[in-house]
Amino acid sequence: MNAALVQFKPRKGDVPGNLALMREVFEQLAPGAPDLIVFPEAALTGYFLEGAVYELAVDAPTMAQRVDAQWRASGAARPCDVVVGFYENVDGTFHNSAIYVRCGLESGVHVVHVHRKMFLPTYGVFDEERFLTRGRQLSVFETAFGTAAILICEDAWHAIMPTVAALKGARLIVVPSASPGRGLSGDGELESNARWKSLLSSAAAEHGVYVLYAGLTGFEGGKGMSGGTCAYSPRGDLIASAGPLDACIVKVQLDPAEVDLARATIPLLGDLSAVLPDLWLDDEIPVTRRLEERA
Amino acid sequence: MTLPVVEAPLAEPSLAIDPELAARWLEAFLRDEMLVRRGIGKAILGLSGGIDSALVAYLCARALGPENVYAIRMPYRTSSPSSLSDAQRIVDALGIHAETIEITGAVDGYLAHAPDADPRRKGNVMARMRMLVLFDQSARRGALPVGTGNKTERLMGYFTWHADDTPPVNPIGDLFKTQVWALARHLGVPNEVVDKPPSADLEANQTDESDLGVTYATADKILNLILHGYKDDAIVARGYASAEVRLVRRRVDSTHWKRHLPTTALVSSTAINEFYLRPVDY
Repeated sequence: MNAALVQFKPRKGDVPGNLALMREVFEQLAPGAPDLIVFPEAALTGYFLEGAVYELAVDAPTMAQRVDAQWRASGAARPCDVVVGFYENVDGTFHNSAIYVRCGLESGVHVVHVHRKMFLPTYGVFDEERFLTRGRQLSVFETAFGTAAILICEDAWHAIMPTVAALKGARLIVVPSASPGRGLSGDGELESNARWKSLLSSAAAEHGVYVLYAGLTGFEGGKGMSGGTCAYSPRGDLIASAGPLDACIVKVQLDPAEVDLARATIPLLGDLSAVLPDLWLDDEIPVTRRLEERA
Repeated sequence: MTLPVVEAPLAEPSLAIDPELAARWLEAFLRDEMLVRRGIGKAILGLSGGIDSALVAYLCARALGPENVYAIRMPYRTSSPSSLSDAQRIVDALGIHAETIEITGAVDGYLAHAPDADPRRKGNVMARMRMLVLFDQSARRGALPVGTGNKTERLMGYFTWHADDTPPVNPIGDLFKTQVWALARHLGVPNEVVDKPPSADLEANQTDESDLGVTYATADKILNLILHGYKDDAIVARGYASAEVRLVRRRVDSTHWKRHLPTTALVSSTAINEFYLRPVDY
């Protein structure tokens, strides 16, 4: 599978303009089109919207149609899978979501999966849960590459999320993100981006999964989205990465055999699958005790 | 046998910066906030001859090109002559546009009606006059005013409200003074500017550190600990004098209002910035 990760720089709130930018990306990628194109979180609106979320959120079919229309307009000769982060309106309930769509099919666009961000950062510079409702489900889904999962930004900061995704069968984890860069003490790299790389590498290596990360870039009212678009192999190695600034495209090739090899060499996921039930039998685990008390 | 012992010091968040990373980040900030968001490619700033405005001039010149940077020197009759000459060093080094606009006539014109004004009031009048000049020159040249206040003076409340803090963009407002020094040295700001004692230059022989009662080097470390949530006793435990910790804490706690817009009486469920929330760049 060939994937293109788009470090995208939208104009705040300018959905038509950002769709045109998306179409330009598709036009660039159309010759020898990849199998999968990944855009960041909130790609077509910008991330910090506050109350404007309610003005710009759309439902998943609408988002799918918009993305498919750009793909068709790009002159691409074949279908392509696209992941895009967007603010979703589900009958008046608003989510920070990412959609996985198959574009350019003769039958029309096909929505493969919608992931609704489960961990909504609401501290410091972040205020998501003031405007949004968290997702309640971490599901995997089938792609041409194999079983995949989407984690949006803070979802991936909780080690249990890629763990659960991998236990459910994910061999590929896609992470659309919008991360305000912070921390200038690093050696040539933002501290926040270094933290991201550490997290993503660990998730990939521990579970033998590919991790594809697409970051928003550009400043939003002083807060610089830190790009850092990158990909990790199932061994946890950095395959390719972009810097924090400027829009760009990161192209990577994914080989399903690499997942098998990584898992065969270091079978941590298999070990976890075997041991996991035992972890919950310890009476001292508060979660277990609470569950028992509730029962 | 006595084993060697490795003893960890008490944790303290670092103030170190990678100056080149910082410079690239702040230049990108200026380009995005000015050119991309506002479509304005020209910057204007008050160039005092001190390190803060010098650093901002360097960042603007790198981000926008020196031909797009306008430095306005706004001396009052009591301003130190060295301030003007230091400002000239920066103008010469960068090749930016420069103009000197005396504020003495305007300031004294008002102060003639305020004979009881003490030095603090006079200083505030000068700062607000410079704001007025900067914004008018901004309109004249189609250039966006760029702020030069650093994080230390913002936290200590060591600025004139609605004067120094008014420009719509500020690249160094999240940098402590000691970080400003590090970045200025990296970018080649002249030593005469970097090494001289910082001064608001509103009164003769005035220095920031004598006004504040604590050195920037110490204030920055204490401020950094306060912002990371450490209580006074935890800061003192890290080797700082309790009197200085109390002084810094008091300055921060008594000036939160200076870091906000004016307080508006809320009478509806559509109050601006309380219920009706839209980001600044929307």
